[in-house]
Amino acid sequence: MAAIQVVRSEWTKIRSVASTVWTLSLAVVVTVALGMLISALSKNEFDNMSAKDRLSFDPTFISFAGMTLGQLAMIVFGVLVVSNEYSTGMIRTSLAAVPQRGAFLFSKIAVATGLALAVGMVTSFVAFFLGQAMLGPHRTSIGDPHVLRAVIGGGIYMTLIAVFSMGVAAMLRSPMLSLGILMPFFFLISNILGNVSATKKVGRYLPDQAGSKIMQVVPRIDDDTPYGPWGGLGIMALWVVAALAGGYVLLKRRDA
Amino acid sequence: MIELEGLTKRYGEKVAVDNLTFTVRPGIVTGFLGPNGAGKSTTMRMMLGLDRPTAGDVRIDGKHYDRLKDPLTYIGALLDAKAMHGGRSAYNHLLCLAQSNGIPKSRVAEVLDTVGLTAVAKKKAKGFSLGMGQRLGIAGALLGDPRILMFDEPVNGLDPEGIHWIRNLMKSLAGQGRTVFVSSHLMSEMALTADHLVVIGQGRLLADTSMADFIERNSRSYVRVRTPQRERLLDVLHQAGVTVVESGGALEVDGGKAEYIGELAAQHQIVLHELSPQQASLEEAFMQLTAESVEYHAHTDTPVEQPRPWGEGWNRS
Repeated sequence: MAAIQVVRSEWTKIRSVASTVWTLSLAVVVTVALGMLISALSKNEFDNMSAKDRLSFDPTFISFAGMTLGQLAMIVFGVLVVSNEYSTGMIRTSLAAVPQRGAFLFSKIAVATGLALAVGMVTSFVAFFLGQAMLGPHRTSIGDPHVLRAVIGGGIYMTLIAVFSMGVAAMLRSPMLSLGILMPFFFLISNILGNVSATKKVGRYLPDQAGSKIMQVVPRIDDDTPYGPWGGLGIMALWVVAALAGGYVLLKRRDA
Repeated sequence: MIELEGLTKRYGEKVAVDNLTFTVRPGIVTGFLGPNGAGKSTTMRMMLGLDRPTAGDVRIDGKHYDRLKDPLTYIGALLDAKAMHGGRSAYNHLLCLAQSNGIPKSRVAEVLDTVGLTAVAKKKAKGFSLGMGQRLGIAGALLGDPRILMFDEPVNGLDPEGIHWIRNLMKSLAGQGRTVFVSSHLMSEMALTADHLVVIGQGRLLADTSMADFIERNSRSYVRVRTPQRERLLDVLHQAGVTVVESGGALEVDGGKAEYIGELAAQHQIVLHELSPQQASLEEAFMQLTAESVEYHAHTDTPVEQPRPWGEGWNRS
């Protein structure tokens, strides 16, 4: 079985269902619009800020504020790409056509990852430029140190969130169960763990907390995070690899 | 050719498929028969490598399913008409299957035409009726022009026209020398399409025989006779050397010809109220064969009320 055949097949699958279009467009629109809104609000707030807050004012990171919500659409995209197969019963047809389960799963994930990366990069750049436009005098420029890294990192961050969701969905199969775990986890639990001082040390090793470090340009004052931007992204990547490995092992062993 | 050897599937304590050994041969339609829950679908899923056998082996043309290069070109299967994404169009559903097995795009239009779905090729599968879904599933099975075809309960929920179409399709596929393996829980359906019969019950092999043999062994033909002059007719038949079985109010003449019995009765001026040739149905034979192994029996708690003879009880009120 030539892998290219399976990749082509998965591309046909992903482009021929409506959920791909609406989840990804929602990710773009929500991330950009919310980023613009918060950037505009921050511009007006700036004059009322304390000196300490002004020192750690990070215009790049502020323009990515929409990602807290936009990433949820990426999670839905990642979950549906994989769990659609199970909820529709298509999985039996798919595995009868491609009995090499590793080839099936990783072709699917490769195609979905490529698409998520393209959309994530566009989202990140658009969110950055429109967010900076909203920030007016407090804006930064793509040419400033570390800014380009943060913007590219933002695209990678969104992609990894989607891929992590694919791995989780491959393990859990059910779209409802996967979304029921991932959405509250990334929207609430991770934030709570990351902001309560008792759990902060653990919370910062969670995939989204670690990964979002890549989008920061100006470090927070008294920031004692033991890893840098790329280190954080690496931690997130380890989570993704673990989720994919889990999904692969279970798919390999389970009856379809 | 599909070869099963000692194929077994256990779910915990429960044995779904129990040591099945048989061969599905090319050029004929092999019926795979069993009551609901007998393990037919599980067996078929193991043939396709979807479920892992607890023990035993299935080989397709001598190879394990996952060793087949482009399996859709070896074996096409319709397992479940709903095994597709409802949001995808019929065309795209078939296209993604074709691409995964290196089957040319032009083949998609061909099979859509074969199953008569060309007009709705761009429509989403979720709007399809059961019959259309079944046709789309069959189109998927035919896509790779495979030598082996496998259908799980293909006529379930189809209208008479659809059933007729599937019967003819299976026969013509076998006529082209292909291996056709089709499951059903309806003996009557199999009697019309299958040349060979594999019967299972509670996962165990109950019969592996040609259809002709099965019919010959299991169908009993007799003539039912009713007469008010019962004793006289019995005497006459005994004298003619015909064996008679009494059954209820009627006589059953095994293997007898209705014409002969009628003429015999006429000669002796015996009045007949009924003279009808009967055929014990294959359905009955099948039910007898699987009676032991039916998993879910329906219990009739209330005894069936016997119809009272006409006129009885006229003076009761």
